[in-house]
Amino acid sequence: MTAQADDQLWSAIADPSRRRVLDLLVSNGDVSASWLAGHVPFSRQAVAKHLAVLEQAGLVSRRRQGREVLYQVEAGRLDQATRAMADLAAQWDRRLATIKRLAEAAHAQAKKGEGSHAPIQGGTS
Amino acid sequence: MAGLVIEREILIEAPAEVVWRTITEPDQMSQWFADRVDLVVEPGAHGYMQFGDQGGPVVVETVDPPTRFSFRWNHPRGEEPVAGNSMLVEFTLTPEGSERTRLRVTESGHELLDWPDAEKQRYADEHRGGWAEFLDRLARVLAKGQPG
Repeated sequence: MTAQADDQLWSAIADPSRRRVLDLLVSNGDVSASWLAGHVPFSRQAVAKHLAVLEQAGLVSRRRQGREVLYQVEAGRLDQATRAMADLAAQWDRRLATIKRLAEAAHAQAKKGEGSHAPIQGGTS
Repeated sequence: MAGLVIEREILIEAPAEVVWRTITEPDQMSQWFADRVDLVVEPGAHGYMQFGDQGGPVVVETVDPPTRFSFRWNHPRGEEPVAGNSMLVEFTLTPEGSERTRLRVTESGHELLDWPDAEKQRYADEHRGGWAEFLDRLARVLAKGQPG
């Protein structure tokens, strides 16, 4: 994935109201913009705008059926986004686990009286 | 908070002051975050973090020992990091008794610049479950195959 595509995907799904639109598409399959507008607490214009961003990011596609335009989720792209998010969360879990290990070791050492700590950096004292 | 991306937390068997030093002292940061950290922990301070052969600028936002520490990163080089061009990492330390600390981290970005604040807040509230819940649901749906 290029940096630009990555960015697009990022900002497309970072928005809670777009996630709501994605949610509805994921659980209901092919639906029209007006159907979506009836199921969200924001305007039809907002729905159209969100769909355009999602389409731009490759997360949804549309097809014409008779007089209607129906939207659907691009499962492959969504899966990619989901994995990217899960990776990022896992990365923070690893960092937090390391912080825990370091802090607990420092605390155990301080309690044994073997180490002395520098004053808190950036403190108000 | 609109545009919330990641929220994780962990319980640490150490006082908040000890956890604070671990997350803010550059030589400690280089053990859990970047390979090399050049940073003065003061609000507004500009620093640099090196990850392998890549690196980038970082700007400190909040320094409130021992409870809150935040910085912005991943912004384009040469630009001042603001909402919209960078990711905000926020640490919150909550003491639970004298020898235990809950450490929470959020990483957020790409705020909804084109939405009024009240609406952002309302949508954010409606989706308080945020990413974890969203990802779980998506994972379940994706495992079942494409809808429709």
